[in-house]
Amino acid sequence: MTETRSATRLIVDGNTKPIMPRYLKLRHDAGRDRWVLLAPERILTPDQVAVSVLQLCDGERTVEDIAANLAKEYSAPADVIAKDVIELLQDLADKGYIKG
Amino acid sequence: MTEDLKIDAHVDGIAVDDEPTAGVVGGEDEAAALCAVSPVGLLAELTHRCPLQCPYCSNPVELESVKNELSTEEWCSVMRQAGEMGILQIHLSGGEPTARKDLEEIVKAAADAGLYTNLITAAVNLKRERLEKLQELGLDHVQISFQDVDPAGADRIGAYPGALKKKLEVAHWVTELGMPLTINAPIHRHNIHNVPRYIDMAVELGAQRLEVAHAQYYGWAFVNRSALLPTYEETLASIEYVEAARERLKGVLTIDMVVPDYYAKRPKPCMGGWGKGFMNITPAGKVLPCHAAESIPELEFDTVKDKKLLEIWIGSDAFNAFRGTDWMKEPCKSCAFREVDFGGCRCQAMAITKDPRNTDPACSLSPYHAEMVKLGKDEAARPATEFVYRNTRNAAQMDKADSDPLVPAE
Repeated sequence: MTETRSATRLIVDGNTKPIMPRYLKLRHDAGRDRWVLLAPERILTPDQVAVSVLQLCDGERTVEDIAANLAKEYSAPADVIAKDVIELLQDLADKGYIKG
Repeated sequence: MTEDLKIDAHVDGIAVDDEPTAGVVGGEDEAAALCAVSPVGLLAELTHRCPLQCPYCSNPVELESVKNELSTEEWCSVMRQAGEMGILQIHLSGGEPTARKDLEEIVKAAADAGLYTNLITAAVNLKRERLEKLQELGLDHVQISFQDVDPAGADRIGAYPGALKKKLEVAHWVTELGMPLTINAPIHRHNIHNVPRYIDMAVELGAQRLEVAHAQYYGWAFVNRSALLPTYEETLASIEYVEAARERLKGVLTIDMVVPDYYAKRPKPCMGGWGKGFMNITPAGKVLPCHAAESIPELEFDTVKDKKLLEIWIGSDAFNAFRGTDWMKEPCKSCAFREVDFGGCRCQAMAITKDPRNTDPACSLSPYHAEMVKLGKDEAARPATEFVYRNTRNAAQMDKADSDPLVPAE
């Protein structure tokens, strides 16, 4: 049950294959016209960049893959994007919202 | 809860807690934006029946009888209405929610309505097949309370023999089924020394989250305060331990902590503001701004039997009584923090000062604050009194209006 258990802190790098545990629900809230990430006793409000990243966290793509994907989408340098993605995912992992 | 819930430049967060005192806290701008549309959280107290008799129970002292409980269809209608009006999370609580034979139907209605479903259970009567069924129907998260980490302590506090062993078994099932698990640790003078062991237990069980929930002294806990309140020193030591553990267990275990008001300097932003992000429904269908709100005698509550949930949210006198800041008296009225902590808890102001419009005495600016801290420290220094267990017999005997109000400072 790697999905729910993590005995050690995940350190995110370019080769990490991040996955959003299935008990987290990324949902578009029509009434408020915004994305929400529903978690135990928490409601997270990701912006469009974070939503794009989270939608790519399928446990198969690496952080580098995700960054390359976003670099294309946002026409930005991949190394800059990768740095931002790692930072975002590390913060999410530290709060328990991303596993590797 | 005081932790900064901002996660990243790209992700903000708010905590939605089932505790009556926390409601929606943190990420104030985000909470305001979300709650401008409708509440985000709903606590459904499906029943007041419970196999345990914990003396700090957050239920009101006057327990609702089974014959007045809402029907299956009434609860399912509440779930549909909640989803339609924009509520995001539902906390199925009690009493013991699994005492309802129709919990499956209620969970299904909630999941179908798009709600994130949280079961708050004592777990002692939960069978594995039932848990699997609930998961299949859409249950998202399970929270289990542990009265102590020592079997004898747990038996005595909950007045239920063998509770710990059974709870551990259910907790293992939850993680085996791949569901997220929260351990609720209600803390008081009889188990505060075990906070480190609670943390170890949560990690061993593979829980995502641990609530170190110091008893909040309303309802049954108010009656039992002199049996429960730990000393100031023990409280500080436990807070320091938790803070160090949070750092050590980053990415492994999320630890939320609620501290006793009697030793606080600033009041908790109760419910994240009255009628702002959270509503509570009693077993009989009364809709409350917080689950202790019935302790304020002047309030009248609407029920889901008579009105639509949205109509109650917008128009109910009880919700409008302390909404916003217009109701405030000094020192709240001109305080820079009035929209940060909303003057703290109305029910505590009522319980301690007999006026729900007063500043929560947990605030150091309250004229009652020094008296309340002294009361807490004096009580904690004396030997613990006997528990008044939460059961229908004691509820019938309780005369809750007999305590004298404190005298404010000059």
